[in-house]
Formats: sequence, structure tokens, C-alpha cells
Amino acid sequence: MKKNYRLNDLGCANCASKMEREISKLEGINSVTVNFMMQKLTIDAVDESFDDIMTSVQKIIKKIEPDCTIKM
Amino acid sequence: MSKAKKEIFRIGAGTLVLIIAVAVSFPSYLNLAFFLAAYFIIGGDVLWRAIRNILHGQVFDENFLMSIATIGAFFVGEYPEAVSVMLFYQVGEMFQDYAVNRSRKSISSLMDIRPDYANVKRNGELVTVDPEEVAINEIIVVKAGEKIPLDGKVIEGHSLVDTSALTGESVPREINVSSEVLSGCINLNGLLTIQVAKEFGESTVSKILDLVENASNKKAKRENFITRFARYYTPVVVIVAVILAVVPPLLVPGATFSDWIYRALTFLVVSCPCALVISIPLGFFGGIGGASKLGILIKGGNYLEALAATELVVFDKTGTLTKGTFKVTEINPVGISDTELLELTAHAESYSNHPISQSLKNAFESEIDNSRITDVEEIPGHGVKAVVDGKTVYAGNSKLMEKVGAVYSHNKTVGTVVHVTVNGVYAGYIVISDEIKEDSVSAIAKLKACGIHKTVMLTGDAKDVGEAVAETLGLDEVYTELLPVDKVEKVEKLLAEKSPKGNLAFAGDGINDAPVLSRADIGIAMGGLGSDAAIEAADVVIMNDEPSKIATAIAISKKTLRIVNQNIVFALGVKAIVLAMGAFGISNLWEAVFADVGVSVIAILNSARALRVDNTFK
Repeated sequence: MKKNYRLNDLGCANCASKMEREISKLEGINSVTVNFMMQKLTIDAVDESFDDIMTSVQKIIKKIEPDCTIKM
Repeated sequence: MSKAKKEIFRIGAGTLVLIIAVAVSFPSYLNLAFFLAAYFIIGGDVLWRAIRNILHGQVFDENFLMSIATIGAFFVGEYPEAVSVMLFYQVGEMFQDYAVNRSRKSISSLMDIRPDYANVKRNGELVTVDPEEVAINEIIVVKAGEKIPLDGKVIEGHSLVDTSALTGESVPREINVSSEVLSGCINLNGLLTIQVAKEFGESTVSKILDLVENASNKKAKRENFITRFARYYTPVVVIVAVILAVVPPLLVPGATFSDWIYRALTFLVVSCPCALVISIPLGFFGGIGGASKLGILIKGGNYLEALAATELVVFDKTGTLTKGTFKVTEINPVGISDTELLELTAHAESYSNHPISQSLKNAFESEIDNSRITDVEEIPGHGVKAVVDGKTVYAGNSKLMEKVGAVYSHNKTVGTVVHVTVNGVYAGYIVISDEIKEDSVSAIAKLKACGIHKTVMLTGDAKDVGEAVAETLGLDEVYTELLPVDKVEKVEKLLAEKSPKGNLAFAGDGINDAPVLSRADIGIAMGGLGSDAAIEAADVVIMNDEPSKIATAIAISKKTLRIVNQNIVFALGVKAIVLAMGAFGISNLWEAVFADVGVSVIAILNSARALRVDNTFK
């Protein structure tokens, strides 16, 4: 399943690439891009555990940039 | 008060305190208190974020490095410098945010083709709804000045529509009943009633937006290089800084900690790779956005990068360099007038639904009068016999002429020749051929001018037709009478010919050539408007049917790469120089801050140039 999300207050380009790296390490992720310019997160992950993956993704984003929120 | 305004106010207040601290000579403890106050007012948020990130296990982050650098400056007694460096950093960040926001805005204005509403007819009433809520086959009404919200077919009204948002074409297109219209175009004058053919999500405007927005997800080699570089750059610089602070004072006689710690601090300030991490992707994004403004959709940064290295351009003929529609191009009568020959032939052929008879009818322009025609007889493989106005007319190929014993001749031409006899006497011939597109000649010339080594045409068409077209256009090589499979084979062969770093681009109309499109380094689909298959198969989609846009795409690619390369060299160069000067104790923290945020701002502004595609590209 592939989904797009909006990231609010993603302030730093380096953080965006850090997020991308960390998220891609998660189990069940096929591909992920964090687009700094468009402030967009695109995730392609296996259907069965998509919700769990999104929970982990949120944690990673919080960890790297505490002000950044993901709009579900 | 907006966030940005609050920020300016806070930094202004901090600056004021800093000026007081510098200007007034307080006793030393009070002096320090003033500097600390200014420091916390200006950089409190940076310190706070640094602490929070360390708690999250994020070291080496920008906030942390700036905090360490400025706190370090306090410790070595450089109070004014500590505060000013923080001030500079904050101001630089503000500029950087501003520059990024501006670029974001200009990008979103490029994509301002999304229609906001649709006027749909429901139960005899016109209601305004979100385009997403309109179903297939519903009837929508588009007034003058409005955007067409969904793809469909006109059932009432005629108008001119502006397709420039999709095609980059500035000449409006004429729309009549039963014309297909595409979402994203602007209705200029008339009132159009349209039957919806596609849901919003499937409509042209959604597809284009999706494509452009996702294009930056496919990264160019240079982008990947910067990402990898950024991963190692910061830790390496920080480690060197630590060594610099500790080792020389212990080993070199006379070296002091305060001097070497100061040198190390300049390292920490320069250690953020932000200038590159922001500006390089922005450059590619700008190039893609600018190209889309001219009706060229590039599906990824990698393709934009690859276009600049194009050495070979291979074209399909029909629909790419030629219009793919047949037209009467020559009328050579013998003994009768042009119009007479055309009139007789058009009537004789009028019962056939072959493309040739269609083009004859189009050329004749007036109505065919069926009552004038009798005794129509098709002669398969040869042509047709008919009696028109009481005259016996034979129209067909040379075999037919031989069969009826007519003496005929024709010049060397490209296209299909229709010979005609009237009452047994040879009356001349008409040539029907595929037209070359208006800009095909200039397309090839422009490609040559921008350094393409070789242009090749592949066609399934007959040898003399293909070669004549190639000659007219000035192509370097032509291969004719190819089956689709042969085309793949030819492209494979050409791929082996090019230099390892060069790329081969194949341009086709997206019909039947999907395998070749995907085999080429860069697959370019022409006339992508409305054709899903073409958008799907290609790496670059040219929205209108102008082959000259290929040269434009290459020019945009080259410009973008020039900007990206400038930024890489500039940012790395300045950082390297400041690092070297810092190590030798020549540069100070001020210069280091410039090498960090100053360079960032300049690189971002430079990247924003990639967005601008002016008239020189058209």
C-alpha cells in the first residue's frame, strides 16, 4: 500500500534525509521518501502491518524533529 | 503576531541588549550578565532544541553544534563573539527559511492548475461542488474565465480554451461540440456544457500534478552523492575539531588550550552540510517545475540529470516527426485543371472509407454530390472505377494504369500516388502523404546546436518515404521498413555505439513503442495529452506534439546541472577554505558562520534560478 502524508513544520532538510534513512530501516517498508520541498511523506509498505509501521514512523519523526507533525 | 514577526522582535530585543553590553563599560560580572542575557534571548530556542535532541539521542545536529560552539566561545572569554555568532546564525536561518518558503511558493504557483470547483447540473439545477464529487457522465457547465475541472466531451457550446497550463502552448485552442476537453485548461470566452468522461483522480490535471509532485522522489546521482556526503561530513568535522582542541595544546610547546579550542569551535560551526542538503534537491525540483511550465513533464531528478548527457536521439517517424495524418500534398494534372482533377478523383473515391479517400475529400473541401456518381466498382489492390458526370474515371496505383493501358509518369515523391484516367485518357496524378510537423526541421537543428552527436529515425514505413523525410529533416541516419521488434534491436545496437557516459534518448508517440521507450536511457513520449499509455511508459512526457521540446528539455537539464554544480563547488569550496583557515588560526567564528548559513542562503537563491524558464527556452 502506498500513501502520502503532509508533514507540518518540517524545518530542516538534513533532518528530512535522516528521517528517510531511519524509516527505510523499519520492517515491512518497501520504499519511503521524505520530500523537504513539498513537505510530504510518501510511504510504500506491506498492507498487513501498515498501522504499526505508521506508529513507528511517527516516533521516528518525533525523535528527529520534535516540532514536526504528520497530518494523518 | 505571526511566528516570523515574533522571531524578528525577539532577535531585535536580544541585539539591543548586546549593543548595551558592548557599548557601556559595566563591572565585569555585570558585563557577563548582560552578554548572557542577550545570548539567551537570541539563542534560547537553539539551546532548548539542542538539549531536547540530545535526550532523543540525536547528536551532531545543527542546534547542538551551534550551542557547543557558542558556549565554547564563552568559556574562552570571547563574550561578544559568542553572542554575535548566535545572532548571525539566527538571522541566517531566518533568511534561509524565507528563501525556502519563497521557492516553495513559486513552485506551488507553478502547480496552480488544480480546479477548485465544478458547476454540475443535478435535478435541473446548477450546483457548485468539489470536482472530486463529480461522477462520470454527469453534465458540467464551464463559464468564460473558469478552469475546466474534469476531462470530458463538449455537448453544447463553442469556445476558445487556453491550454498553456498543460502544454506551455500560448495559442488558444478552438473547441466545438463533440471536442474532447482536458481538465486544467481555461475556458476563455464561450459557455461550455461538458459530459464528464473521467473522475477527478483519473483526470489529466490530477495526473500531471501527481507526476510533478512525485518527480522529486526519484533522485539524481548528485542528490544521492550529497546525501551520502552529508552523513559522513558532520561526524568527521566534529571529530577533527575534538582532536584540534585537545592534541596540539598537549603536544606542541607553547600552544594554549584557549587558542586551539577557539580554532576547534570554527570547525563545529562549519560542520553542518545544510547548504548542500537544501539547495541541491531544490535545484532539481526547480528544473522539473520549470520544465512542466513549458509542457515538458520530467518524471524524476535522475532523468533530468540524464538528459544533459544525451548523445544520441532516436525518433520514431509517424506521430513524432510527422503528423500521422494523411493529406493531399501534390496535384499534377495532365490536360485538365487542378480543381477538375481533384473533383473527379474525390468523387470517384468517395464510396471508399480508406484514409486516402478521406484525405481527398478533405482536400476537395466542398460537399460530394452523390447523384453525380454512378457505377462505382472497387478493383482490389488497384483502385477504383466510377462514372462521374457521365465520364468514366479510373483512379488508383500504377498497376491500375498498366491494366487499363494508360501511359503515365510521375516524379520521385514521398507518399502514395493516385493516378487518374478520364474517358481512357491519362489525366495526371495526386500525391497523398503524411505531413512533416512544422517544427520538426528546427527540432533537429536545435538538437545539433546543443551538441547531440547523432540523430536517427526508425520507421516501419517504406524505404523511399522514410529516406525522403530523413533527408528533408537533416537526420544523420534512417532505418526503414522495421517491425516493432526490429526497432528494439536497432536501439540496442545504437546503445552499444554510444560512449559509456552518454545517453540515448528515444522519442516516440507512446503507441506501440513502449518496449523501445523503456529500453532507451531516456524514453520521451510525444503528445502525452490524454494518452495514459504514453505517460505510463515514458520518463519524459512532452504534452503537446512539438519535437523541438526535446531540445528545450535538454537545455533545461543543462542549466539545472550548471546551477547544481556551482552550488556544490561553491559550498564545498567555501567550507574547505574556512576549515583550513580555522585550523591555522586565521579565520574567526564570524567567517565560520558565513560559511554555514551565509553559503546556505546564497546556494538556495542560486537554486531558485532553476525554476525560471524564460523565453530563451521557447
